[in-house]
Amino acid sequence: MLLLSVCITSCNTDSVTVDPNGGYEPTPLTIEVPQIFEERVPAPLIPADNPMTVEGVALGKKLFFDPALSLNGTQACADCHRPENAFTDPRQFSVGIDGSLGSRNSMPLQNLAFNFKERFFWDGRALGLEEQIFEPVTNPIEMDNTWPNVENTLQETAGYPLLFERAFGSSTIDSVNVTKAIAQFIRTLVSGNAKIDRFLLGQEELTTAEENGLAIFLDESRGDCFHCHGLPSNPLWTDNAFHNNGLDEIITDRGLGGFTGDPREFGLFKSGTLRNIEFTGPYMHDGRFNTIDEVINHYSEGLKFSETIDPLMKKVAEGGVQLSEEDKADLKAFLLTFSDLEFINNPAFRN
Amino acid sequence: MKMNKFALILAIGFAFVACDSDDETPTPIVNTSVDFTFTQNWDGANIANSDYETTTYTNENGEELTLSKLVYLISDITFTNVAGDVFDAGDYNLIDARTGTNTSFTPNIEIPEGDYTVSFTYGFDDEDNIDLAYPDLNVADNGWGVPVPLGGGYHYMRLEGKYINAMNDETAFQFHNIRANRHSSLPPGPTTLVELRDTSIEVNLGTISVTTGTSIEVKMNVAEWFKNPNQWDLNVLFSVLMPNFDAQLLMNENGQNVFSRGAVTVNP
Repeated sequence: MLLLSVCITSCNTDSVTVDPNGGYEPTPLTIEVPQIFEERVPAPLIPADNPMTVEGVALGKKLFFDPALSLNGTQACADCHRPENAFTDPRQFSVGIDGSLGSRNSMPLQNLAFNFKERFFWDGRALGLEEQIFEPVTNPIEMDNTWPNVENTLQETAGYPLLFERAFGSSTIDSVNVTKAIAQFIRTLVSGNAKIDRFLLGQEELTTAEENGLAIFLDESRGDCFHCHGLPSNPLWTDNAFHNNGLDEIITDRGLGGFTGDPREFGLFKSGTLRNIEFTGPYMHDGRFNTIDEVINHYSEGLKFSETIDPLMKKVAEGGVQLSEEDKADLKAFLLTFSDLEFINNPAFRN
Repeated sequence: MKMNKFALILAIGFAFVACDSDDETPTPIVNTSVDFTFTQNWDGANIANSDYETTTYTNENGEELTLSKLVYLISDITFTNVAGDVFDAGDYNLIDARTGTNTSFTPNIEIPEGDYTVSFTYGFDDEDNIDLAYPDLNVADNGWGVPVPLGGGYHYMRLEGKYINAMNDETAFQFHNIRANRHSSLPPGPTTLVELRDTSIEVNLGTISVTTGTSIEVKMNVAEWFKNPNQWDLNVLFSVLMPNFDAQLLMNENGQNVFSRGAVTVNP
C-alpha cells in the first residue's frame, strides 16, 4: 500500500488534486463584523492554522455547551460563561466539578477575535485563544479532566467523529482540534450593536445624562476612563492591556507579574471591556464589586496605593478623582449604553 | 497620509533611460530602503527596559522621578536629495520604548543611493492627524486616539511615571503630548473647543549619505522634555495636561531639541 502511494506520488505531475481533508472541504465562514468595528478597528484576528468554517463553528458551539468535557460529565464551558451574562459568571467565583471555588471571576467572552494583543486570562498567561481553551479542561478546580480522557469520551460519543471529520478532515479526535473548534465558536461572539454604537454611527441620540457621562468618561480631570477602557475611536472599550488599578495596598494576587515573574508587573490585571457591563457583574478580577456603583466609587474615592499602581490612577493620596454624585449618576447612565441586547439574546449563541 | 513618492522615483528612472546614449554604458541606479532605530536616553544615559520603574532620574527642576511608560509616534520620514526631490513613504511608526516594540522601522519606500537631508515628523502634522483615520492606532497601546472634545486625532506621546513632589509624596505624572487645544472653559466638553494648534515637530537629522544597508539611529533625550527652554515644574504640570493649551505649547518648545541623529551605519 505504501509502495503504491509512493508510486502514485512519484508519478503525479500536476493532474491530481489531493484534498487534505480526505474528500471533505469545510465551508469557509466570515465573521460578521459590526459597522462600528468595520470603520474603526482592524479586521478580526483569525489564526492561519485555524480558519473559520461553518462546520468548525457548529462543532465548537456543541462542545462549548457539552458537559462531556469535564471529568464527571457535569460541567460545560457555558456553566461559567453564560450567554445571558455576556458569557461570564454572575457568581464571584465559579464552582468546579467538585465544589472547589476559583480565586478569580470568570471573564466575559465577547469580541475576543479583536484582542489584537492576543493575551488572554486576567493575568495574560495564555498567548492565544486556542491556548487559553486548553486550561479550564484540566484545571483541578474547574473541569478537572485530562485531555486524553476528553478525546476518548468524545471519540466514543455518537456523532462527534463525523462532526470532527467535517470540520477538520479527520474523525480521529484530538485536543488541538477540540480547542480549535471552540475557539472558532468564541470568535463569532461579537458585540457591536449597543446604544453607544448607534450613537456613534449617528443613528440614535444619547440622553443629557448619558452625554454628560461620556464627557466625564473622556475628561482627564474627572473620569479619565478612556485611557484604559477605550473611546469612540476604539469601540472595543478596552485596551486589552494590564494595569494595577489601585485595588489593594498589599498585593496578594500577582496577576501578570505572577506569570512573567517581573515584580514591576505584580498586581496588574487586564482591563475588562465595558461592553455589556450591565450584565457582567460582579466586577474586577476577583469579583469584589457587585455593582457598577461600587466600581465608580472605587475610582472616585477608593483607590489604594501600592508600588506598581498605574500612573493613570490619579489623586491616589485622596482616594481618587472625587466625582460628584451627579457625575457618578451620569457616568453610570453612560455605561449602561453599552448594553447590547441583540448580543445577549442572540439565539445563535444559545444552546 | 501624504501621497507616496514612488511615482517620482519611477519618473527619475525613466529620465535616466531617456537620456541614455548608444555609446555609453549608463550607471545603474541602485535603489535601497533605509532602516531606522529609535533609542532613548536621559542626558546620554541609555534607558533600557530594566530602567523603567527602577532607575531614578532628576529633572532640571530638581524633582526625582521614575519612568513607567514612554510611547511616541513619528511619521513622514522624508528624504530630500540635493536637487530638491522629495522621497516620502508617508507612513508612520508608533514606538513603545519600554517594550522595545517598533524601535526598528523601515519606511516603505526605496530611494536611489546618494546624499539626502533626512527629516521626520514627531507626532502627526495636521494634514495627517485625522480622527479615526488609522484603525491600527485606534487600538494601539491604550488606544492611541484623542477624544473629540480635545480635538480628536491622535496622541504624539505618552510619557508616564512617578515623581517625588514638593510635599515629599510619590505622585504620578502623565506627560501626554497632543495637538494643542484651547477651550472656552474647563473641563472640556462637546462645545468648549475654540482653537487647535498643530504642535507636532519637524525633526531634521541633517545630511546623510544613503547606500544599501544604511541604518540611522534616532535618539530621544527624555530629559530635554523637562529642560529647554522651559524648566518644567512637575509640581505644577504633572497631570491633566491634554486639555492644557499652554502646557502643550511648552512641550512643543521643549521638544525641539529632544531628538538627534545617532550612529549612521551600513549593514553588510
